[in-house]
Amino acid sequence: MNPVTRIHSRSAVLADDNIDTDRIIPARFLTTTTRAGLGRHCFHDWRYLADGSDNPAFALNQSQARGCSILVTGRNFGCGSSREHAPWALLDYGIAAVISSEIADIFRNNALNNGLLAIVVSAAEQRWLLAHPGIELVIDVAGQYIALPDGGRIGFELEPFARHCLLHGVDAFGYLLQQQAAIAAWEAGHGVAA
Amino acid sequence: MSARTLFDKIWDAHVVSAETTATPATLYIDLHLVHEVTSPQAFAELAARGLRVRQPARTLATLDHSTPTLPAGADGNRAYVSAQAQAQVAELERNAAQHGVALHGWDSAERGIVHVIGPELGATQPGMTIVCGDSHTSTHGAFGALAFGIGTTEVGHVLATQCLLQRRPRTLAVQVEGELAPGVAAKDLILHIIGVLGVDGGTGHVIEYRGSTIRALSMEQRMTVCNMSIEAGARAGLIAPDDTTFAWLKGRPHAPQGAAWDAAVARWRELASDAGARYDRELHIDARAVRPTVTWGTHPGTAIALDAPVPAPRDALERRALDYMQVRAGQPLRGSKVDVVFVGSCTNGRLSDLREVAQVLRGRRIASGVRMLIVPGSESVRRAAEAEGLDRVFTAAGAQWRLPGCSMCIAMNGDMAAPGELVVTTSNRNFEGRQGKGVRSVLASPATAAASALAGELADPRDYLDPRREQAA
Ligand code: SF4
Repeated sequence: MNPVTRIHSRSAVLADDNIDTDRIIPARFLTTTTRAGLGRHCFHDWRYLADGSDNPAFALNQSQARGCSILVTGRNFGCGSSREHAPWALLDYGIAAVISSEIADIFRNNALNNGLLAIVVSAAEQRWLLAHPGIELVIDVAGQYIALPDGGRIGFELEPFARHCLLHGVDAFGYLLQQQAAIAAWEAGHGVAA
Repeated sequence: MSARTLFDKIWDAHVVSAETTATPATLYIDLHLVHEVTSPQAFAELAARGLRVRQPARTLATLDHSTPTLPAGADGNRAYVSAQAQAQVAELERNAAQHGVALHGWDSAERGIVHVIGPELGATQPGMTIVCGDSHTSTHGAFGALAFGIGTTEVGHVLATQCLLQRRPRTLAVQVEGELAPGVAAKDLILHIIGVLGVDGGTGHVIEYRGSTIRALSMEQRMTVCNMSIEAGARAGLIAPDDTTFAWLKGRPHAPQGAAWDAAVARWRELASDAGARYDRELHIDARAVRPTVTWGTHPGTAIALDAPVPAPRDALERRALDYMQVRAGQPLRGSKVDVVFVGSCTNGRLSDLREVAQVLRGRRIASGVRMLIVPGSESVRRAAEAEGLDRVFTAAGAQWRLPGCSMCIAMNGDMAAPGELVVTTSNRNFEGRQGKGVRSVLASPATAAASALAGELADPRDYLDPRREQAA
C-alpha cells in the first residue's frame, strides 16, 4: 500500500443517511474474482439511467463533483453487507476519503484496510460540510484534522493502528504475520494442533 | 474476578495478544466459514505472499451466493447467471482443493447457505469465535458463539494466521420479556426490535438477547433473531447457550461425542453472563406488544406492524423512500398488492420456516399473478422438507420449489424481480435494488409471506392460521 498522509480535494456530497453497500455496489457485480475495475459499477443503479447513460440527477454526475476525491455523506454510511467490493469500488472511482457523522463498523474496517480514509466527525460538523459542497478541503492524517478554506479545522479520531498503517503505507497482514510465535503458543496452550 | 458477560468470557478466552493504545487485540478464531463471493481475492493474496491456510480443519467452505437454484439440465450444465459466476464457483473449488479446505460443493449432501449449514453440521458451537466474509455471520451467535462478519482482507488474515485484529466492542443487552402472541414469529420480534433500535442503533456494539422470551425460543427462532443483529448495525448478536442449545447440537456430525460431549456441555454451561454483569447499554422490549411486522421503507429500521399506518415522512430521505416503495403515509401496508413472494435465506430458510409456510398454504392456491419462490436453506433442509411432503404442498399451491442457495435474498444468481415489482420476502434486507434494480422489498415472516401469496396482497397470517376466523370470514 502507498502511504496516505494528506488528501487535498474539493468535496463532493451525497447527503442521504444510510447509504448501504448495495447502493455503493449492487450485488450483481460481485461475481468478480479480482479487486480491479469496480469503479465503473460504483453507485451503479443511482448513477446510470436505464439506457446506460449518466443520471443527471445523481450528485456525483454534476460537473462540480467530477474529480473530487473527498466524499461527504449522510449518517451511517456503508451499512449492510460486509462486501469489501464497496471500498474497492469507491477507490477505483477516485474517492480517497469518506467523511460522515457515523460510518458502519465493517465498512470502516474494510475501508481502512485498503487505505480509504473513513473519517467520523460530529453531527454539527457533518451538517456544515453537507451544506457546503465543493469547498476545498485538506485532510491531514498525521495531524488528524480537516483544514477548511477559512483556516478553520475539524479534528477527528483515528484508530491509532489504522493511522500508523496509513501513514507508513504498511498493512495489518505484516503485523499479524510477525505474531506467528504468539499464535503458535496460544494454539499449544489450547490444544489446537498446529 | 468481577462479574462478566457472555461476550466478555468468549472474548477473554481468545486473546492471543492484548489490546494496547497503539494496537488492537489479536483474537484467535475457532471457525472460519468461507463462500465463493468474498474469498477469491483473499486466496489470491495468500498466493501472492506465498502463504498457506494455517488451519484448514477450522475452515469450512460452501457454495451459496452465486449458485443457480434450478437443477442442472440434461447435459449436466447448470444455469449460471454468467460465465463469471461460474468462474467464481470454480475458483473456490480450486482454492479449497489446493489448501485442503473442506468444501460443501455441488457433490455434497450438506451444501447450503453458509449460516444454515454451520449449525446443521454442529460446526457452530457455544463459546467459539466464528467469522465469515459475510455480515450475517451474526446468525451463529444463537449458540452463544461470538460470530461476526469481516471483509475480504480480513478473510486473508484469518486464512493465513487464524487470527483477527479487533478493538473490543461495547455491549448492549436487549432484554425481552413476555410471551409472543399466537401467529407472531421470531422474525416479527427481531423486526420490531430493529424498528425500536434503528438501523444504526447497534453500531459499535455486540448485542446479547436476554429474558424469558428469548429463553423460550427454539434454536431456529434464535438464529432468526441473531441473524438480523447486523440490520441494527451491531457487530454480533449473542444468546446464552442452554438446554435448548445442547439438545439441538447433540449428535450432529461436528459436535463433540461421548465423554468429550459431557465435558463440553459442562464448559458451555459456564458461559452465561454472571449475575450483576454490566453492559454498556440496555434496551427493554415487551414481547406481548409485538404484532406481525413488516417494513415500509428501504432499510430494515422501517419496521412497523402490518396493520399500523405508515408514518408521515420526517425528512426528504423518508419522502424518497415512500416514493420508491410507492406506499402512502397514513395507510397500513396490509392490503398492498404483491407481485412476488420469496421464502428462503439464512434468516428464514430452515425447516421450521418451511413448515410455517406449509401450514398456511396447505390445500390452498396462491393468487393468480403472484410468483412465489421457496428456496430451502440447505440440502439437509430440502431433504427433510421433501420427506415431510412440504414440497408437494408448495407446488400444489402454485409455488416454485428450488434448490438451496441465497437466491433472491441477494439476487446475484439470476433469481430476481423486475423493476417496480413488490416482493414480500423472508430475507433480511430491503435496500433499494437489493432484489433487482427498482424492486420494492417488504421484509416479513414466513407465515406473513405465505398469507400474502394467497391473498395477492399483504395479509395477516392469523387470518389463515385460526380456523374460527376463517369460517367467520
Ligand atoms: S441468504 Fe442472504 S443474507 Fe444470508 S448469506 Fe445468503 S445473501 Fe447473505
